[in-house]
Amino acid sequence: MATIETAEKSANGANEILTYESVDISYDGLKVVSDVSFALHEGECLGIVGESGSGKSTLIRAAMGLLGAGGLVTRGDIWYRGLDLPDVPRDEMRRINGEEIAMIFQDAGNALCPSRKIGDQLYESMLEHGNAERAEFTENISRLLERLRFDDTDRILGSYPFELSGGMRQRIGIASAMMMNPKILLADEPTSALDVVAQKDVVEEMKIIKDVYHTSIIIVTHNIGVARELSDTLLVMKDGHAVEYGPTNDVLTNPQSDYTKKLISSVIGLKR
Amino acid sequence: MNVRKYFASRMIQLVPILIGITFLSFAMMQVAGSDAVTEMYSNAGAAVSEETLDAARARLGLDKPFIVQYFVWLGNMMTGDMGKSFISGRDVFQTFMSKLPATLLLTVMSVAATIVLSVPLGLLAAVSAERSASEQDSTHRTIYSVIDNVVRFLSFIGNSMPNFFVALLLMNFLAIKLGLLPVISSGVTLESAVMPTMTLAIAMTAKYIRQVRGAVLDELGQGYVTGARARGVRESVILTKSVLRSSLSTLLTLLALSIGSLLGGTAIVESIFMWDGVGKLAVDAITMRDYPMIQAYVVWMAIIYVGVNFVTDMLYVVIDPRVRLGAEK
Repeated sequence: MATIETAEKSANGANEILTYESVDISYDGLKVVSDVSFALHEGECLGIVGESGSGKSTLIRAAMGLLGAGGLVTRGDIWYRGLDLPDVPRDEMRRINGEEIAMIFQDAGNALCPSRKIGDQLYESMLEHGNAERAEFTENISRLLERLRFDDTDRILGSYPFELSGGMRQRIGIASAMMMNPKILLADEPTSALDVVAQKDVVEEMKIIKDVYHTSIIIVTHNIGVARELSDTLLVMKDGHAVEYGPTNDVLTNPQSDYTKKLISSVIGLKR
Repeated sequence: MNVRKYFASRMIQLVPILIGITFLSFAMMQVAGSDAVTEMYSNAGAAVSEETLDAARARLGLDKPFIVQYFVWLGNMMTGDMGKSFISGRDVFQTFMSKLPATLLLTVMSVAATIVLSVPLGLLAAVSAERSASEQDSTHRTIYSVIDNVVRFLSFIGNSMPNFFVALLLMNFLAIKLGLLPVISSGVTLESAVMPTMTLAIAMTAKYIRQVRGAVLDELGQGYVTGARARGVRESVILTKSVLRSSLSTLLTLLALSIGSLLGGTAIVESIFMWDGVGKLAVDAITMRDYPMIQAYVVWMAIIYVGVNFVTDMLYVVIDPRVRLGAEK
């Protein structure tokens, strides 16, 4: 099995920015993630793969305090800049969320209130992290949207979420996560609800974020093709346990655990 | 279709509904059994001959076929002529209008009190319920759970007490023991309106707290709340700008029903406090079989419910862009 040491080598000695140490997570007393450790380094893209229900999404949601009803980190630490995130008070966590750690959801359209315009909601988020003039916000977000290959940005900002297609909503989700230029981007299955064309667009945009903004990224996916395309390191999860962790190329070309081998072999047409 | 045309088409749809309701109520009065003219003379305590009764029927148009009677009555009603009360002999429309301010005052005050009390308490209960299940710290979880349970218990108590019982408790405590308020109404005054308002508001608040809690709790579980939290938006902003806005349609539906029944008068509460409103008028009219008055009351109720529902539908269009855009298409 590839180890945390080999994974660290892949990050070329860059500093750890987010570290999970022996993390257990439970929902209503039932353990769903058990003893998971890994580290995300500056500028690194870490892929987390595994089947549905393996605890991938739960793992990244825990870092932002978004486990929801009944969800608790029951053991271990999640370190970010000297802060153990599960113990950070709600108000302080609010300041970190969005500005320093941002998330792209599986259906980013659902992450926006359906009865309010997209532009209003994004501006509100900017306001929560400092005083931004509306004109300045519009200029910045338009520039970001253009960089993410959107045209007609005014129409998009003046639309309600349900007026856009699934692919467009997902790309808006990426823009909303990136508008404050966070240090860490957590992407929770950003391509799984999309058709192949929209998937390709989202992967291209994630590459732009990685290459242009040098944001540290954790991408949760059950699409090994997406993980291979984007991630430097790979964590394989099964039933709440980390079964393999290391440089993506090593894990995919020389898998150590039977589960990883099975996962890779189940991908139709995957080139080794 | 734009929103204005949508409004106009909805208004046109109301006409056959109102005509249908008036027709049905008129027909039901006809088959109710007793003869209005006999009742009128009987209420007056007079023994009259059959000829006198026939003459009275002819004078009131009651000897004509049912359908003719209906259209005559409908035509008169459209011009504000609802006939004369069989009991007092006074103009029904004027009598009705004279009782309306009292009912309107009670409706506005009790609805305002209900909103002011139930929305914050429902929100508090919902937020506490959510946090009691998601806080990392066990002490905080316990505190939030206690808050939620206390609010729910109070709501349960309020729901369990019938109006007349609450009215009697308030009378005993505020009027008899403390002497702060008059036991029964001394006219349509704010002082006299306090206890009927409290009686109505307690029951409605108890019901609304549960509804607001449920609606808000549902919304708190939606993806957009998680999304806003992930963007670092404050809880107070999420609640006021997104959650309450999304819960408004549930609240509006409830309010529409409550306002409808309140504008129709709350017979028990008005009778207990001798509050001279439409509800008490209706009870008196039914007791005395004052058909023109009952008929006017039924029409009033129909107009209220149809009108309130129309306003509610229009408000849905205003508050929910999905409905608005659907209407525009």
